[in-house]
Amino acid sequence: MTKYVVKRVLLALVTVVVISLITFFAMNAIPGGPFNKEKATSPTVQAQLEARYNLDKPLTTQYVLYMKNLVKGDFGVSLKNGREISDIIGESFPISGKLGILASLIAIFTGIVLGSTAALMRNKWPDRLIIFFITIITSMPSFVIATLFLYFFCMKLGWFPAFSAGENMTVLPVIALSMSPMAYITRLTKTSMLDALGQDYIRTAKAKGVSGLKVIFVHGLRNALIPVITYVGPMVAGILTGSMVVESIFNIGGLGSKFVMAITNRDYTLIMATTIFLAVIMVLANLITDIVYKMVDPRIKLD
Amino acid sequence: MKENFKKAPFSAQVDLSKFSMGDFEKATDDEKRQQDVMGESTTFFKDGMRRLKKNPLAMGSILILILLVLVILFAPLIVPYGYDDIVKGSANLKPFYYSTQELKQIAAGEDVFPHIFGTDSLGRDYFIRVVYGARVSLSVGIIASIIVLIIGMVYGSISGYLGGRVDLIMMRIVDIIYSLPDMLLIILLSVVLRETLINAIKGTVLAKLGVNMISLFIVFGLLYWVSMARLIRGQILTIKQNEYVLAAQCIGTSTARTIRKHILPNCLSVIIITTALQVPSAIFTESYLSFISLGVSAPMPSLGSLANEARAGMQTYPERLLFPALTICLIVLALNLLGDGLRDAFDPKLSR
Repeated sequence: MTKYVVKRVLLALVTVVVISLITFFAMNAIPGGPFNKEKATSPTVQAQLEARYNLDKPLTTQYVLYMKNLVKGDFGVSLKNGREISDIIGESFPISGKLGILASLIAIFTGIVLGSTAALMRNKWPDRLIIFFITIITSMPSFVIATLFLYFFCMKLGWFPAFSAGENMTVLPVIALSMSPMAYITRLTKTSMLDALGQDYIRTAKAKGVSGLKVIFVHGLRNALIPVITYVGPMVAGILTGSMVVESIFNIGGLGSKFVMAITNRDYTLIMATTIFLAVIMVLANLITDIVYKMVDPRIKLD
Repeated sequence: MKENFKKAPFSAQVDLSKFSMGDFEKATDDEKRQQDVMGESTTFFKDGMRRLKKNPLAMGSILILILLVLVILFAPLIVPYGYDDIVKGSANLKPFYYSTQELKQIAAGEDVFPHIFGTDSLGRDYFIRVVYGARVSLSVGIIASIIVLIIGMVYGSISGYLGGRVDLIMMRIVDIIYSLPDMLLIILLSVVLRETLINAIKGTVLAKLGVNMISLFIVFGLLYWVSMARLIRGQILTIKQNEYVLAAQCIGTSTARTIRKHILPNCLSVIIITTALQVPSAIFTESYLSFISLGVSAPMPSLGSLANEARAGMQTYPERLLFPALTICLIVLALNLLGDGLRDAFDPKLSR
C-alpha cells in the first residue's frame, strides 16, 4: 500500500512538472507573447517587465525562477490590467469551487439514485425513461445545456433573472454543470449495480432470508458504488472545464469565466498561471481518487 | 465372414448380416433434402451486421446520419447563398421571411430562394451557415478520429507485440500523457498554436484550412491517441498468445506482416467500436473549443461558434441558437447510438 501511494504521488509530481514545462515553454514560443521583446511597450514598462520576470536570463533559469515563485504563491501579474494573478485566482476560485462542489454533490446523489432505480427496474418503463434521458443528456455539450437553460428558465418562463449575478444565479449554473457527470454516474451505477446484484453473495444473502431492501442497500449498493469512485477524478476535471463555459454563459465571475476571458484577451500570463493552477487541482483529484479506490477495495491490483 | 464380425460391446454399429436387401427401402426426396446444408455459413462480420440490423435505434441513427450527410453534401449546390455571402438589406430575418428588396424581386416575377433558417445580423443566410458548420464539425470529428486511430494503432501494436522493456518504456510514456488533463492542454496548445502557426503556414495550402483547425488536429494527434493505444496493446497481448501467430513466426513472417495480417484483423471489432465512439467525442471537443473562440477561424462557421455568436441576441432570435445547438445534439446523439449499437453487435463478450 505504501509503495503504491509513493508511486502514485511520484507520478502525480512528474505530471505536474510536465504540465508546467509544456505550459511555460509553449507560452514562450508565442511571438509577441508575454515574455517577448517584440511586444510594443514603452521602455520603462519593458524594463520593469524584464526585471519582474528575469527576462535577461536564459530560458531555463527563467523557468526555475517562475516555478519557485509559483510555489511561494506568486503567480505574476496579469498582462491586461496589471493585477496580481494570485489575487484574481484568490477571489474567483472560491466562486467556481462552490459551484463545482454543489454540482458534484448533486451529480453524485442523483446519479446514484437514478442508476440504481434503473438497475432494479431493469427493462421496465422507469429504466427505459431514465436511460432515454441519460442518452439525450450525454449528447448535449455543456454549453448547449447551459444556453438552453438560460433561454427557457430565464427568458421564456422568467423563473430566474437572466443577466444578473444575484442569489438565484447559483441554482441554474449548478444544475447545468451537474448534468453530464450525473448522466455518466447513472450509467456507471446501473452497470455496476446489475453486476453486483448478479453475484453469488447476493443470492446467499437472499437465501439466508435477509430482507429485500437490506440486500439491495447493504449488499448490493455498497459494492456497486466502488466503480463510481473511479469517476470522481475525471468528474472534477469535467466540471472544471465545463464551468468555463457555464460561468461565461451565466455571467458569473468565477475562475472559469476569467480563464475564457483571458483566452479572448490573449492575457498570456493569466492563461499560463490558471492552466497550471487548474492542472494541479485535476492531478490532485486523480491522485486522491486512485488512493481512495485502492483503500476501499483491497482486491484491486493497480500496478 | 460372419464369424469374423466382432462387435465392440458399446458400439452402435449395425450387424448387417441380420438383414436382407428387402428390409431396406429407398429414401424419399424429402428425407434426402434433410441432408442438405440449409443455412449459409456466416462470418463474424455478417453475423454482427445481422445483429446490427435488428437494432432499430442503430438503424434509425444510420438513416439520420445518411440524411445529414446528403444535406451537407448537396445543400450548398442547391441553395444559391454562400456561407459568407452578405445579402444586402436582409439582415436579421426570421425563418422564411423576405426582405423588402427581395419582396420587390418576387413581385417582379424573379425567383428568390427562401431563407430557411432566416439570416444573421450581417445578412448571411443562416441555413447555409448551419450546413457548413455541420460540415466542419463532422469532418473534424472523422479526421481527428482517423488520426487517433492511426497513431494509437501503430503505437499500441508495436508496444504490445514487442513486449518486454520496449513495452514498459512505451507504456510509461502513455501513462504520463494519460494523466495530463487533456482539455486544459488542448486549450493551452490551441492558444499557442494559433499564434505560432499563423506565420509558418502562410501562403501554403494549409492556410486555407485555418490555423485553429490544424492546431485542433495536432492536439488530437498529440494527446487523444493514448486510450486507443492502451486498448490495442491489451488486445494484442492476448491475441499474440495464439498458435497461429507462433506458426506465422515459424515460417519466417516479418514482424510488421504478422501484426498487419494476423493480429490486427482479430482486434478489428474493438477498433471499429472505439473509433465510432471517438467521432462524437471529437465533435464535442471541437464545438467546445469553437464556443470559447478557439475553434475554426471566422468567417468559416462551426456549430460551436454559431451557438456562441447567437448568445448575444438570444432573447430576440432564439432560433439562431436552437438550430446549431439542435444540429450538434442530433449528430452526436445519432453517432452515440450507432456506436452503442455497433458495440452490442460486434463485441463478442456481450453477445454470448
